[in-house]
Amino acid sequence: MPDITINGRAYALPEDPRTTLLDFLHQELAMFGAKKGCDHGQCGACTVLVNDERMNACLLLAFQLAGKTVTTIEGIASEDALHPLQQAFIDKDAFQCGYCTSGQICSGVALQQELADNQPSTLWFDEHYTRLEDVKERLSGNLCRCGAYPHIVEAVTTVTEAE
Amino acid sequence: MKPFTVMPLEEANDLRHPSGSTRFLAGGTNLVDLMKHQIETPDTLIDLSGWKSANTICEDEDQFLIGAMVSNTALAKFAYQHPSLSLLAQALLSGATVQLRNRATTAGNLLQRTRCYQFYDTTKPCNKREPGSGCSAIGSFNRIHAILGTSPHCIASHPSDMATAMTALDASVNTITPDGQTRSIPVRQLYKLPGDTPHLETWLQENELIVNVSIPKHSAGTQVYKKVRDRSSYAFALVSVACDMQLKDGIITDVRLAFGSVGPHPWHAQSTESFLKGKTATAALFEEAAEIALSPAQGFGGNDYKIPMLKRTLIHVLQQVADHQSAQPGHQGAIYAR
Repeated sequence: MPDITINGRAYALPEDPRTTLLDFLHQELAMFGAKKGCDHGQCGACTVLVNDERMNACLLLAFQLAGKTVTTIEGIASEDALHPLQQAFIDKDAFQCGYCTSGQICSGVALQQELADNQPSTLWFDEHYTRLEDVKERLSGNLCRCGAYPHIVEAVTTVTEAE
Repeated sequence: MKPFTVMPLEEANDLRHPSGSTRFLAGGTNLVDLMKHQIETPDTLIDLSGWKSANTICEDEDQFLIGAMVSNTALAKFAYQHPSLSLLAQALLSGATVQLRNRATTAGNLLQRTRCYQFYDTTKPCNKREPGSGCSAIGSFNRIHAILGTSPHCIASHPSDMATAMTALDASVNTITPDGQTRSIPVRQLYKLPGDTPHLETWLQENELIVNVSIPKHSAGTQVYKKVRDRSSYAFALVSVACDMQLKDGIITDVRLAFGSVGPHPWHAQSTESFLKGKTATAALFEEAAEIALSPAQGFGGNDYKIPMLKRTLIHVLQQVADHQSAQPGHQGAIYAR
């Protein structure tokens, strides 16, 4: 089977074409960082980076990702230190139950790059644009049932402003 | 998910498959979801993920040509840089989330299915899912449903923001038919009204493949995509208005209008366009235009509110665009853009 690279390591793709990337991570690789929330692309708990773009792992059939590079929450930190956004989540108390956190962090990491790349957002057409509202819009694909949004937004903006 | 076999596009040189259960798989943000719900149960998926040539956007003097597999993110970024495509950028960026837009494709977006609750609930009758079984949206919870172009057999609405902008901009899809012919179909004529066959949603033949989407380079005016929804982000439109309008000395010289989430397909407001052209832009004219636009509308209880909501949204957008054209004659693109 062709390969997929996940967190720097190559794996053979699953044989059953029905396997989503999320189920492949959970069932075959025992990587449980990306969470299964709704399993229908609505909650963002399974957000991972595919070729550095954030996507919902639950809607990706793994066979389509041959030759692609995937980064999950397990691959966000370096060997020695947490990713600055992981540290910011701790410093700002940006989780309650923590279930959505890995998706929030993957999303937040991609968001930094999207801002650096000047990716437009719908807020760019808004008369009342602010950077804060723009960040909230960009994070809107990740739902937090605890409602820890203020702290999540604070963690992400802290890192964004620092860069 | 029911078992299926996968065939890469390059091996599927003959698209004439005998059964009706072959599907093209592009980004899968809609199809994979439908397969999980067992609403779509194809025997064969033709995998488009290796179709590199469909990933490009090019342009010549007359048109923009957008490959079928271009992601919503890539298309939004391109459209953002072109004032005459501002409507498209506004519509795309108002839709879904970054995660979904990174994966969703141009052709897939045009062919996405309705979000009708009853279509998604396999325990309920649905003529779109199971022809002849009945419509369980009529007479029950139907606040997101269509008010234009419905039939007693189906009141589902088309959810796409992008397709609504494409309709206003008079885009066309270029396709390959299963017997190898190519053809071009205006998006305004791509979709069928439900009638008594709501399961047949477009004029595409079975396994006809959209290769790219062409948007003509016409003279553009001020462009607004106004989306009204339950929350400020990550929700389908309740109603939306796509408008591209030009004024000269207070007279409407050109106008393109489409409505989203109110019809079985993106709704081209042709009669309203004809009514507005050549007239002096006034508040009274816009009130009258809204009455004309919604005169064929029919609510089904839960979605009755969409009729006044769309009228008010349309009037607001027309007035906003007219004001902007008066303040900045010859303006092209969005009213507010960074």
